[in-house]
Amino acid sequence: MILRAVLTVAALTLQEAARRRVLRSLAVLTVLLLALSAWGFSRLDAEFGGLTSGEARVAGSTVLNLVMFGLSLIAALGTAFLAGPTLAGEIESGIALAIMTRPIHRGAVLVGKWLGLVVFGSGFVTVAGFAQFLIVRATVDYWPPQPVTGLALLAGQTTALLTLGLLLSTAISPMASGIVAVGLFGATWIAGVVGSVGAALDNDSVARVGTVSRMLLPTDGLWRGAMNSFQDPALLLQVGSGIDESPFLSMAPLTAGYLAWAGLWVAVVLGLAGLAFQRRDM
Amino acid sequence: MTTTGTTRQGGPALEAAQRLLADLPASPAVWCSGLRKRYRRQTAVDGVSFTVGRGEVIGLLGPNGAGKTSVIKILLGLVRPDAGEVLLLGQPARDPHARARVGYLPELFRYQPWLSAAEVLALHVRLAGAAVPARERRECLALVGLADRAGDRVGGFSKGMQQRLGLAVALVARPELVVLDEPTSALDPIGRADVRDLLLSLKDRRVAVLLNSHLIGEVERVCDRVIILDRGRVVESGTLPELLGRRELRLRLDGVTAQAEARLSAAGELTRSGSSFTVKLPAEQDTTTVPDLVADLVGLGVRIHAVEPARISLEERLLDILRTGPGEERR
Repeated sequence: MILRAVLTVAALTLQEAARRRVLRSLAVLTVLLLALSAWGFSRLDAEFGGLTSGEARVAGSTVLNLVMFGLSLIAALGTAFLAGPTLAGEIESGIALAIMTRPIHRGAVLVGKWLGLVVFGSGFVTVAGFAQFLIVRATVDYWPPQPVTGLALLAGQTTALLTLGLLLSTAISPMASGIVAVGLFGATWIAGVVGSVGAALDNDSVARVGTVSRMLLPTDGLWRGAMNSFQDPALLLQVGSGIDESPFLSMAPLTAGYLAWAGLWVAVVLGLAGLAFQRRDM
Repeated sequence: MTTTGTTRQGGPALEAAQRLLADLPASPAVWCSGLRKRYRRQTAVDGVSFTVGRGEVIGLLGPNGAGKTSVIKILLGLVRPDAGEVLLLGQPARDPHARARVGYLPELFRYQPWLSAAEVLALHVRLAGAAVPARERRECLALVGLADRAGDRVGGFSKGMQQRLGLAVALVARPELVVLDEPTSALDPIGRADVRDLLLSLKDRRVAVLLNSHLIGEVERVCDRVIILDRGRVVESGTLPELLGRRELRLRLDGVTAQAEARLSAAGELTRSGSSFTVKLPAEQDTTTVPDLVADLVGLGVRIHAVEPARISLEERLLDILRTGPGEERR
């Protein structure tokens, strides 16, 4: 009974995304980004003609991370702005009234929405990311070392952000929840950059900024793990110990502990969203 | 509420208990007691209790802000009461399954604009856990006059059509209790007549209906009982004959002596304005009160210009109750 409600709402959420032009606008943005990157990668070889295969791999690997960051940003923006309206917007408009009086738990509706959004976000990241890999392979003949792990971590990043968006939308207006979620996403990324600057300068307290922010909102941490899976291991050897992490270079893969924390974080935030939603008057 | 699964597992004692339960009269469609709800400093619902029997059509009346929609939302689990208990079709309303056989048309009716009318019904049937074949769903749309719009997106519907769709949503999962909050607010006169017919057909099928409507005429025509709310409290409730049974006699007289006035007062509560007199008559109909009174007045030398028996309308009664409070009457 509960499972049926969850799946029905998840399917409805996917149907909504597909029919409400979200998918179309996301597709347009993505195709634009992919086309630009394809053009950029092809120029890379032409402009610097005669790159050695090693140099081409390093360049390809670095630029790939840059483009993947763009994709993850699209996914984050798209799902965060989808997550807000889907809950708070339906309560405001009255669509939720008829649904919530059916014999279903509110928690099932929330989990259904969440599941639909996770499938949507992960599907987008997988399709767009894989297309990007093919482009890089065709242009500079580079294939990331762990494409599946990387895409899974990107999907995890999207999931973390949309879960936060759902929690926010149980408390504040739909638009505000999207804006706050994306703002926090950006702030964590910047805090991550600040942290890596601190690490490079051996300043522990500045470095801690990145660590703490990665614990509070695991989007940046997951993104760094994804980068690590996309980049050429040779690149790290080349860079060596000269500099530490940069916004588009990740030195180490994620630890199992951090992954477990990210999973727990998502579960706790979803649980909090469930509690808030359960108590809310409509 | 099938019991076959548990019967198989349980022993004869359980079977006996279930037989006993089955023999009991059906629990009321709605039973609520002591409902209370405050929004910050505003008390919206203040100790509301009432019952809606199976197959009964109940009208919920009251001025704006009386707490009618809040009561409905508490019954349906949309709003958490600060105190009080609700049973829907015999099950505690805290359990979502209590709403399996409940249909609801909200005051604020909106349905997924990206779905077609038929898809909205299919969605609600799935969520209700009911097995309603496509033919029956189509009939339900036809019932509210949307048969030829089944495949159209709800986003293109007018308000009236969305309200009709809302009625179909409320009725599609074979409900035993239907809660309609202002079901005709967006409908044209034909639509209102359709809703009235619909309500009467529900009554015939023994489906309980809780109807919140400002259209008193509508309530008067279809409801078995009326509950009047004001400032979050039930100020009056009863069957229509109980509330409206009182008759009155309007007279235009002159030459009224103290004796004649005493005779008028003896017939019922008397109000006088110049030569116009109104006498409240007891609810039970009889054939002697009015002729006897007239004969006595003539005997007392009163000149009678007009005698007009009247029935109090629900609207007059409602206004009377809201202006003066229950129990007392002002006229």
